[in-house]
Amino acid sequence: MELVLAIAVGVVFGSGIWLILRPRTFQLITGLLLMSYAVNLFIFAMGRLWVDKPPITPTAGVDPAQFADPLPQGLVLTAIVIGFATTALYLVMMIGARGLSGSDHVDGEEPRE
Amino acid sequence: MNPLPWMHHLIIVPVLLPLLVGALLIPVNQKRHARKFAFSVASGALLWGVAIALLVLVDQEHWPDGIGVYLASNWTAPFGIVLMVDRLAALMLVLTSTIALAVLVFSARRWDRVGVHFHSLFQFLLMGLNGAFLTNDLFNLFVFFEVMLAASYGLVLHGYNLRRIQAGMQYIAINLAASLLFLIGVSLIYAASGTLNIADLATRVSGLGAQDTWLLQIGATVLALAFLTKGAMWPLGFWLPTTYASASAPVGAMLVLMTKVGVYAVLRVWLAVFGEGSGEGASALAGFGLAALTVGGLATLLFGAVGMLSSEDGGRMAGYGAIISSGTLLVVIGHSGSAVLASGLYYLLGSTLAMAAFMLLIELTERIRPPGAALLAITMEAFAIEDKPEDPVGVGMPGTLTFLGLSFAACALVISGMPPLSGFVAKFSLFHAMLGATQGEVPATTWLIIALMVLGGLAAIIALMRLGVRTFWASGAVTAPRLQFSEAVPVGALVLACVLLTVQAGAVFDYLGRTANGLLRSTDYSARVLGEPPVQRAPAGGAQ
Repeated sequence: MELVLAIAVGVVFGSGIWLILRPRTFQLITGLLLMSYAVNLFIFAMGRLWVDKPPITPTAGVDPAQFADPLPQGLVLTAIVIGFATTALYLVMMIGARGLSGSDHVDGEEPRE
Repeated sequence: MNPLPWMHHLIIVPVLLPLLVGALLIPVNQKRHARKFAFSVASGALLWGVAIALLVLVDQEHWPDGIGVYLASNWTAPFGIVLMVDRLAALMLVLTSTIALAVLVFSARRWDRVGVHFHSLFQFLLMGLNGAFLTNDLFNLFVFFEVMLAASYGLVLHGYNLRRIQAGMQYIAINLAASLLFLIGVSLIYAASGTLNIADLATRVSGLGAQDTWLLQIGATVLALAFLTKGAMWPLGFWLPTTYASASAPVGAMLVLMTKVGVYAVLRVWLAVFGEGSGEGASALAGFGLAALTVGGLATLLFGAVGMLSSEDGGRMAGYGAIISSGTLLVVIGHSGSAVLASGLYYLLGSTLAMAAFMLLIELTERIRPPGAALLAITMEAFAIEDKPEDPVGVGMPGTLTFLGLSFAACALVISGMPPLSGFVAKFSLFHAMLGATQGEVPATTWLIIALMVLGGLAAIIALMRLGVRTFWASGAVTAPRLQFSEAVPVGALVLACVLLTVQAGAVFDYLGRTANGLLRSTDYSARVLGEPPVQRAPAGGAQ
């Protein structure tokens, strides 16, 4: 399971890196989104991988090794919310840039041939 | 209930106050400038007062070891989020609120009207900055960084034109990518150590197994990349000059502070986790990555010096100036040691104040030069462009050219490190501390550091002199530009702060010496943060 997840995160992040190096804003924002998905998965994995384990211990006197680590889940939630908000902000700006410059190139102008 | 003494709550005020004021200002109609401005400035002034009060409380050891700890929601240290104010944090709060107040007053005449929600965004930016200085939790630091960045995205675009959009596009893309690195770093550190609390992390570092130590080192490195992107270390700082040059003057002055947050975060995490005093058997990890910081800092210095010489317009020059100052600070962190650290902090104070003043000043001096001069500086003489600058409204100020010239000279002196102002004192004490730290033979790296710092200063003075000569002597402007008091006073106040820093250098250095000593005793710091007791509920309160 670890290997599958590691490969998945790697492939998604790699695709994201390739995309953010592309010259069009749409590619850029898709790349950033892919990277943030990969990072969110990565944070999950950093709490170690568990299957069928409840995240919250009910009362004291329970072996904590039998429960999934709840903290990365909280972190992921925060990261998703923040990533979503900043990406939305960026999207708005891209629309503004497109309107002002008439080009969707990241430099705000078409490259000279 | 057994309430906390009210002074304890001062620690969280620098976060809450801008949040509330910023939120309050959103529904206020955009046309009511005066009201928005009044609220914003009142909040800025109050923040300044709180920052000074915290500084005094911390320095008088009101809390043990000069470290005030605030447990948010009354959760004890490794579990809840902890805010912590020590001498360094208090100093940064004072610096932030001083510059913020000046910038707010400066923006009153024009800048807060060219776009919507300037004051709200400004207050949120302050909240993010203050939070980043106060927090003691890595993930919370991420959240405050994002608050700060989200506000800065809006502010960088403030006064929306094509140039700002182009620069903002790169700025935001870089910072979004850096935020992802931040998350990766934080989660790796959590995976390695099982904690996100910096103080707790410092105590756990020594007990980690070999594999976890590797993981921690990778995590810390990735985290440092995120910090250093903000702190503009070469080669991560390419975004900075363009962003500075295109941002409006008040925003540029705040951006100067934001690069310092990156440097502050590196300083805070590194000294606590990889400092020499962390834990008993931490020697394996002590000093991890410091050599890389030194090398990176030197490369940054060189990059900044070359960039400074090659730039024509003031905003870009200020950007490279900020890069030089970041480089110097990174070298200082890499070259750790109490005396060097104190001098480095003094340098940070002086250069930040001067750079902020310079950012504001550029906008005023641009009025002397014909419009378009910034873009066409080389061909300006050839084309002899003559265009009428826009007429400012309101009461003018007498002696504007004298004022502008003197302020410009003062900023240039501080930025380049020439006597008699604080830049010189800072560099001199840095060299003194570096040479004094080693007995006998001085290593070659120290000489290299000193040579590059001098070179950076030389580049700065050449570039600034060229700009000054072209602006004040060779511009051919016969009529002095009209200035408002609300524009001149903030610049004057920031310059005056630099002068005061020089005059009071003894007292400031005493304080900074105590700051540096406190920072290097990271075991005290961990003990204070982890040992802070929660407020006890009265027995009648019931449930535990």
